[in-house]
Amino acid sequence: MNEPQQNLWQFMSGESDKLLNQTFQHLGLTFISLFLAVAVGLPLGIFIARKRKLSGSVLAVAGVLQTIPSIALLGFMIPILGIGAKPAIVALLIYALLPIIRNTYTGIVGISAEVKEAAIAMGMSKMQVLFKVELPLAMPVILAGVRTATVINVGVATLASYIAAGGLGEFIFGGISLNNTNMILAGAIPAALLAIILDAILAAIQKMNVKKFRKMLYIFPIIFLVLGGFYLLPKAYGSSLTAGFTPEFMGRQDGDLGLKSVYGLKIHTIVISDAVMYQAAYEKELDIISGYSTDGRLKAFKLTILKDDKGIFPPYYAAPIVRQASLKQFPELEGVLNLLSGKITDSIMTELNYRTDYLHQTPERVAKDFLIGCGLYKSARGGKKGVIRIGSKIFGEQYILAEMYRMLIQGNTDYEVATKTGLGGTKICFDALMNDQIDFYPEYTGTGLLVLLKPDPRVSKKMAHDRDSTYQYVSRQFSQKFNIKWLKPIGFNNSYALMMRQKQSKDLDVYSITTLQKYLDKN
Amino acid sequence: MIKLEKVSKSFHDTLAVKTVSFEVKEGENLILLGTSGCGKTTTLKMINRLITPDAGEVIINGKNIAQENPELLRRGIGYVMQNNGLFPHYTVGENIAIVPQLLKWDQKKTFDRTKELMAKLHLPDEYINMFPHELSGGQQQRVGLARALVADPAVLLMDEPFGALDNVTRASIRKEFKGLEELKRKTIVMVTHDIQEAFELADRICLMDKGEIIQIGTTKELLYQPSSDFVIKFMESERLSLEFRVTTLYDLWHDLPEKNSSNAILVSSDLSVWDALNCFRSGVQEIAFSKDETAEGRSIDINDLTLAFNRYQIRYQHE
Repeated sequence: MNEPQQNLWQFMSGESDKLLNQTFQHLGLTFISLFLAVAVGLPLGIFIARKRKLSGSVLAVAGVLQTIPSIALLGFMIPILGIGAKPAIVALLIYALLPIIRNTYTGIVGISAEVKEAAIAMGMSKMQVLFKVELPLAMPVILAGVRTATVINVGVATLASYIAAGGLGEFIFGGISLNNTNMILAGAIPAALLAIILDAILAAIQKMNVKKFRKMLYIFPIIFLVLGGFYLLPKAYGSSLTAGFTPEFMGRQDGDLGLKSVYGLKIHTIVISDAVMYQAAYEKELDIISGYSTDGRLKAFKLTILKDDKGIFPPYYAAPIVRQASLKQFPELEGVLNLLSGKITDSIMTELNYRTDYLHQTPERVAKDFLIGCGLYKSARGGKKGVIRIGSKIFGEQYILAEMYRMLIQGNTDYEVATKTGLGGTKICFDALMNDQIDFYPEYTGTGLLVLLKPDPRVSKKMAHDRDSTYQYVSRQFSQKFNIKWLKPIGFNNSYALMMRQKQSKDLDVYSITTLQKYLDKN
Repeated sequence: MIKLEKVSKSFHDTLAVKTVSFEVKEGENLILLGTSGCGKTTTLKMINRLITPDAGEVIINGKNIAQENPELLRRGIGYVMQNNGLFPHYTVGENIAIVPQLLKWDQKKTFDRTKELMAKLHLPDEYINMFPHELSGGQQQRVGLARALVADPAVLLMDEPFGALDNVTRASIRKEFKGLEELKRKTIVMVTHDIQEAFELADRICLMDKGEIIQIGTTKELLYQPSSDFVIKFMESERLSLEFRVTTLYDLWHDLPEKNSSNAILVSSDLSVWDALNCFRSGVQEIAFSKDETAEGRSIDINDLTLAFNRYQIRYQHE
């Protein structure tokens, strides 16, 4: 990180096209879902204000929906609605529903009984009472609900990028994966500004004179639809196949950038979270995905790896990286961690991953079975000589490794262990290590080189494909720059890989990235 | 004009109104009087179908209202509420124009009629664009009255129309109300718990208790021919002032001495004893009136009045 870094402003102006596009997508997602939420929530709110006996259960259901974690909700949507805009809009709709239903109900119920009685006594019909009296009087309260829903939606819409629905989340999660603060801020700042500005606009409308308001009532849905329309603008699909890449893959030299520059690959690409990517490929939502070569889902979802014939994916040998300070503090640690060195090959790791990812066995059980199998398992000593904190990233393989290390440490030493698994991405994991929040975590040589060190492209190109020189370079640099030691590699190479369904690969006769590129050029 | 036949209504097993029957003649002002919870408001609301009776019939102008469209029915019946029930999001003008709008009057007609009523009810012109919350309670109540009268309905229902006002405002609005030409030809049913108000405004009073009619009759009938102990007790604490109110100078004609003074101030024979006493209290020495156009006038002072009143009372109670 010695080279001059570009500042945030440079990044944002350099990526202004993408930024503008993502902002519009974000607005589009927010407003389409908001429009639908009003279309559903307002009549429902009116309905339960009429049939008050139902209000409890309707509000309870909307409340429960609200508490489903957003990532989980997006996950549930995939089997039903696939990936992309549809599930994202439905998920956002569900989050926006509660405040709108609740405020419509509260607003109408809160109108003075005398005013309602007067309206009826004057000879108004039910509809006239609703449109001339109840809705106008409840409007400030209803608008407060819309305001809440808008702010919620701007926030949740960042997660839409997980399921390839675009929005400012692409920058935010890409930036987290790539250790690129500018990229995170380029997504986060506009998202925050959108929330603040929309909130302020709605607050101003809310305070507006009731009379002007009546006209606004008609203008509102139109504004919502126009803003929502940004999202629906037809996108130019450039190719017959669709690729789904993780935000991290999108920004990496050994990822989408390399595919473009080295292979000249032109493919319609959407950004998606790796949690749902494999399934989306299996369900034919995607044709090409950026996976990990040892991923168990490769086997589970009948995918095949396309050969990297021009060698853009460097080796990713896994090894624990440990703080020098922790090694001093816990002298027995290094020896214990090295017990695993050379024990796990690519095929073993794929098998282990398959057991967690597809057979849904717990990482703990998988780790224990493996250690027993190779005679390394010892029951925990229950010592109390100090706590070692193990970190892991948020995917299956890292959970398994973290479990193995826990068992090894507890069985062979008197140290206690605290596991901090599921840290969001490389940046979060590494920052935790640097800031003394964890003592070690399993890292990959390629990631260490390209994401954390970011050397001159020429340097990385020279050694990128050689296992030993990469390992030596990163361990030397890490110990100098960060005071962190790379222990011996575990054995397997979990590199990036492009994958497609086995059947499709056969049908199209595409088995390497070069043949893929040729196929795309032809079609 | 309005006829209730054996009308009953219960809420959650409690009988609020028990087989109530009465008739209100055209142009008459009937007041439903009673304590809270006696069923008077429920009875009133069954006349414009805000509440549907469980049993019995309500007939207006010979038609059973249960067979009429409730919205059209209500547009033809004025309704005034205790807390005015004005729409807070409508201006005064818009509030008054609600029923004309529902009846699809043209704008000019609506506007002219609104102006006319505002003038009659002493509401300044500039109020037309103000919102109800910018007005005082008394003014709001006038707007509520204007709203009920705007389409000139033959029937007016009033639910404690002065109930939310302070005593001073209440007395002055009541006085205006009595003098309002618009109201003279209307058939009015009004609910109140205030005996003085009832006696001041009523042609007939319908005294209710526990959902039933206890006695229905003119003010004098209630005072001098009470049907039960309940009626006597109900009026006991205010009896004297009520008697002052219901007795007019005309009633005392035979008990007054025949004299005529030229200094006396001429008053109407309709003047109640109460108002005559007020007149003397304000410094007038003598007042004069005549029984009818042919009779010679008589002038009286305060002593003549009280003596005559006492004699009249003794006589009336023994009749």
